[in-house]
Amino acid sequence: MNTQLLLIQVFNGLVNGAFYALLSLGLAVIFGMLRIVNFAHGALYMLGAFVAFALGQAFGLGFWPSLILAPLIVGLIGVVLERTLLSRLYGLEPSYNLLLTFGLTLLTQDLVKQVMLSQYAVSSAPYTPPEALSGVVNLGFVVFPKYRLFVIALSVVICLITWFVIEKTRVGAIIRASTENPGVTRAFGIDVGKWVTGVFGVGVGLAGLAGVLAAPIYSVEPYMGSELIITTFAVVVIGGMGSILGSVVTGFAVGVLAAVGSALYPPIANTLVFILMALVLLVRPSGLFGLPEGAR
Amino acid sequence: MTVLPRTAAKTDRERTTRAAWLIGLGIVLLILPKLIYPVLALDILAWGLFAVAFDLLFGFSGLLSFGHAAFWGSSAYVTAYLLGHGQSVPVAILGGVLSALALAVPVAFLSVRSSGIYFSMITLAFAQMVSFLALQWTDLTGGENGLQGFARPSFLGLDFSDSTTRYYVCLALFTIGFYVAYRTVRSPFGQAQQAVRDNEPRSQSIGFDPARFKFTAFLISATLAGLAGAMYAFGHGVVSLEVVNWRTSGEVVMMTLLGGTTTLFGPVIGAGLVLLLRDVLTTANLPVGIVTGVVFVLVVLFFRRGVVGTVQYWMRRR
Repeated sequence: MNTQLLLIQVFNGLVNGAFYALLSLGLAVIFGMLRIVNFAHGALYMLGAFVAFALGQAFGLGFWPSLILAPLIVGLIGVVLERTLLSRLYGLEPSYNLLLTFGLTLLTQDLVKQVMLSQYAVSSAPYTPPEALSGVVNLGFVVFPKYRLFVIALSVVICLITWFVIEKTRVGAIIRASTENPGVTRAFGIDVGKWVTGVFGVGVGLAGLAGVLAAPIYSVEPYMGSELIITTFAVVVIGGMGSILGSVVTGFAVGVLAAVGSALYPPIANTLVFILMALVLLVRPSGLFGLPEGAR
Repeated sequence: MTVLPRTAAKTDRERTTRAAWLIGLGIVLLILPKLIYPVLALDILAWGLFAVAFDLLFGFSGLLSFGHAAFWGSSAYVTAYLLGHGQSVPVAILGGVLSALALAVPVAFLSVRSSGIYFSMITLAFAQMVSFLALQWTDLTGGENGLQGFARPSFLGLDFSDSTTRYYVCLALFTIGFYVAYRTVRSPFGQAQQAVRDNEPRSQSIGFDPARFKFTAFLISATLAGLAGAMYAFGHGVVSLEVVNWRTSGEVVMMTLLGGTTTLFGPVIGAGLVLLLRDVLTTANLPVGIVTGVVFVLVVLFFRRGVVGTVQYWMRRR
């Protein structure tokens, strides 16, 4: 296989990796801080794309305003979900969170499908990238669509910001304290409940953002998150659950590996990530960047 | 001490209750194809056993497998494949069950080392591997088209083209499967399994090896799920990619929860309720996903004991 083709595959892998990274980052933040396994993450990603599409249809909003508004709306939906539903399950086994969010996934997918069919008479709709980002860029050694480069760049920036906020700032310190020892944190006069809700909202907002970014590449349809979320789960397991660095690095790495792997041997494309997961589990059950289960 | 006699009376009552459930369920299952159309009744048996198999792991070992569709689905495919290649019905079903067992060995080995939510996600990922395999291994699975129109040659004078006959064959298989699950739960092994579930460090300190119990429980559960999957393929005469989809893994969880975990009868009743509900919704042309999603959410939030669990709770409180 020639180098050019391989490079294109690597770039495409980075694009997929950008989505894995953004989604598993959100999952990691939510799991690391709240011990919630948010199965609905894929559905909320789809909701991000759908909201962007619906804003365009209803108010003629373009890509740029939607890129800000849709994640905010999805984040707000997340806040409502956390307050009204998920908060009732704290103190129970985390599997109940998984089950609840699984139910929400079924609900959301079908709801969006019904709305799309009744409002727009379609079940899958294309979404065009903004004009500034259409066309291709010649990088010298390879020609690549501008929009996809933008997705990679933005995703890297968002991941860096999230990592920085959680690891290096006072806000991050409060969040970490709230989850590691809520009692003591409360004694310092910090409203732990509010922070938990906020973190969930932000994590879910990240999924919404990924959804808007994905809309011009994969088009908008109710089940666009359903396969992606499973791969993202595998990424999270490989990276180590709750590890922010692990989810981002593994997200991009898995994207590239799967793309290169599928160029060499096409049938393996979708299974590679799960084979990888099995191998990692054999050697390190807690994932590449995760702490052993008991150490938490 | 008044405690002892009361406990004795209680277990007596529990035994009577169990017998009542058993007889009730038996009667309903015997006349079921007269009440609803036989293929739906057959579905209830297959999914019911699938849910019992799942509950064996979830309810009695505390392991939430989110990938049980892998065993149900691979068995369904193998059964259909064998039937399509001229094998008799018993051979095909046995082949399906054995394939589920064979698949379960490596999956169980890798997943029981993790617990809690890690276990769920790992089983889910393995199931997804099976699902992609099913999509790509078109020679065996028919890919997007699935397998259909395979033969179900008569055996011992039984004509399997008649859905009522198929129902009663499946009822016999169901009874065997249910009995295996029942014996497992009530055996010393089952008691030890529950001890491991309730307090792993303590069970370890009295000499149990938790990983071994989980491994064995996983194999039994997967094999029974395989039997259920074989029943499904045999009963329907059609197998599609849906059998290995992650939604299938989720649906069996829902049936079990709705009926009541750790009850054995519960999962069967849960399966029946979900399938009847879906049947009503589809006939009435209502959105199935929305209603089942809402039911699922409500069950997890407010009704975790499930139908049978709630009834048992009331009876115990009396």
